[in-house]
Amino acid sequence: MTSVAMVEAVSLAMAWEMASDDSVVVMGEDVGVNGGVFRATSGLEARFGDQRVIDTPLAEAMIAGLAVGMSAQGMKPVIEAQFMGFIYPMVEQIVCHASRMRHRTRGRLSCPMVLRAPFGGGIHAPELHSESTEAIFAHIPGLRVVIPSSPARAYGLLLAAIRDPDPVVFLEPKRIYRLNREEIEDNGEDLPLDVCFVLRDGTDVTLVSWGSMIKETLESADLLATRGISAEVIDVATISPLDMDTIIESVEKTGRCIIIHEAARMCGVGAEIAAGLADSAIYALHAPVKRVTGYDVIMPLQKMEMNYIPGVKRILTAVEEILEVS
Amino acid sequence: MPATIASFKIDFYQFLAADGRLISDDVPPLATDWEELQSLYRLMVTTRIFDKKAVALQRTGKMGTYASSLGHEAAHIAMGSAMRPEDCYAPTYREHGAQLCRGVTMPEILRYWGGDEHGCDFSGPRHDFSWCIPIATQCLHAAGAALAFKLRGEQRVAVVQVGDGGSSKGDFLEAINAASAFQLPLVLVIINNQWAISVPRSKQNSATTLAQKGIAGGLPSIQVDGNDIIACRWAMETAIEKARTGGGATVIEMLTYRLTDHTTADDARRYRDEQEVKNAWQTEPVKRLRNYLQAEGVWNDKKELALLEQAGVEVAQAVEEYLSMPDPDVAGMFDYMFENTPAELEAQRTQALKECN
Ligand SMILES: Cc1ncc(C[n+]2csc(CCOP(=O)(O)OP(=O)(O)O)c2C)c(N)n1
Ligand SMILES: [Mg+2]
Repeated sequence: MTSVAMVEAVSLAMAWEMASDDSVVVMGEDVGVNGGVFRATSGLEARFGDQRVIDTPLAEAMIAGLAVGMSAQGMKPVIEAQFMGFIYPMVEQIVCHASRMRHRTRGRLSCPMVLRAPFGGGIHAPELHSESTEAIFAHIPGLRVVIPSSPARAYGLLLAAIRDPDPVVFLEPKRIYRLNREEIEDNGEDLPLDVCFVLRDGTDVTLVSWGSMIKETLESADLLATRGISAEVIDVATISPLDMDTIIESVEKTGRCIIIHEAARMCGVGAEIAAGLADSAIYALHAPVKRVTGYDVIMPLQKMEMNYIPGVKRILTAVEEILEVS
Repeated sequence: MPATIASFKIDFYQFLAADGRLISDDVPPLATDWEELQSLYRLMVTTRIFDKKAVALQRTGKMGTYASSLGHEAAHIAMGSAMRPEDCYAPTYREHGAQLCRGVTMPEILRYWGGDEHGCDFSGPRHDFSWCIPIATQCLHAAGAALAFKLRGEQRVAVVQVGDGGSSKGDFLEAINAASAFQLPLVLVIINNQWAISVPRSKQNSATTLAQKGIAGGLPSIQVDGNDIIACRWAMETAIEKARTGGGATVIEMLTYRLTDHTTADDARRYRDEQEVKNAWQTEPVKRLRNYLQAEGVWNDKKELALLEQAGVEVAQAVEEYLSMPDPDVAGMFDYMFENTPAELEAQRTQALKECN
């Protein structure tokens, strides 16, 4: 067992898979000697050399396009967008090629690549370094979109993402990169993709979240417990494809659901979950489904960002509201 | 034998040697325009003092991440000072000196890097672009501004710069292409400071110069010593004049060196040889100009002390003003989204105002 922060778990997962699979290469800006601006690739270049940990020219469209080409020819590139704000030049390659390669060649070619990017606010970063736009990728058929919320899940899910035969967008909530340490076994064991994780059992309300907001969600559940309210907490983890079954099962038990995400509300993944509940759990609901999300505004700069990111207070208010209804 | 149908060369311009001596007698008039050179020197020194203070503000928790311009003063001041107010400037995140020349104030710069959007609503030329974070995207904005000037028949020029790293990005190459296709009144400066965070110039590509990318796109392109204010300013003036009079765009690669960390969030000791930095200090731009002016008898210690004192006071006042600015308010998150706030957003605004109390 070793005690690691999430960002270290990310490096451990890459190191494990590079050691056991020669076709895995890491590419991106500053991922080599510098070990990535968040140190997520720290030590990899020293251990695996600059032919497997590749500092690229500064060109995101190029990085993603190279990964499409490499992965279609039998390699497993794990590429990094330095921040999610700089992922957009990659979108053309991901949307027009990576997500479609298997489908349009009827399985002849595929893109087993991983696109990693730190995302989300709360670290006092400059403009365009704090957005949460995971829904853009969730909307694209043919992609898996995975978001860890703890060191152990970062380790297991990233291993699964690299091993997955299809493209995975792996978004790392940087606000919790170093939030806490967790004991993990660095044994190469992955965690399943495409399923939610129930982090806490409860009977009165289901709180659904992912990424950095799991922190506030668990804190809220703790506070609710002191008031005699039992909250079940679900970490969605893979936001696309979505494991609605686990969420529905929980809501059938609790009858109430609040979805919490940092991203803007409009067309956020919360809307998809709420629609899924309307579809399949409407008769189990004692109260309307609520969303606690970022506002539909440009992510503010650092002086205002904590007024944007939903806090425990907003989650508790939403819980009070739906408990009042029923 | 194949016939050569195209060949190219890149000219390199330098007038001031690293020690501040003139390299030859064949110099532009600026080399003996003592008033102008002293004014440029004052701007360079003031920028450096401002920059040092900005880093200190970040280190003491009074400002966010900041990209120092240390070592780039000649390049930045040359760009900003060669433009006319009606021209259009598109900065990235490091050209504080150029922005100060344009009339953006120190408190406004600090306000933006302190995490308040109001800094972008600056008092410099109101048509200038604000800071640009996604690398190289600004190149196309400047090209677009130049296209607007051209279509409207205005004698205005757009000026933009990109880093050695940013020159690898498609946007930059597409801007060159647009400038060449439309004969745009544009000056594209590549500020080659040898590093893109931890990635050295040599890893961007194996071309001898970055300027030659302009040649490939059909633009006249040169390289200058980016620590020689005379060369930088001369190149800017020439290119701007050419653009203004219908001669089209120019690419200027300025060779300089990033003397400190990429930003306050970076630690260059992880990837960069200290000796390389020490060597680079031997060719830095401020000392070079001072040596020249002093050798010519135009500058002296007394003037230097007076300048340092005056710049120190100016910067201190700016910091005081910055620190006394009100924090942004929650309503501001919503109020600038659209000219007419949609009803749904109005509802979110009301909710947010309730929640922040
Ligand atoms: C599209 C994009 N990718 C990555 C980044 C992160 N980033 C910020 S500055 C930088 C290096 C830029 O180097 P260069 O273009 O040489 O300019 P310099 O910082 O040296 O002035 C990187 C990779 C970014 N801001 N935008
Ligand atoms: Mg650079």
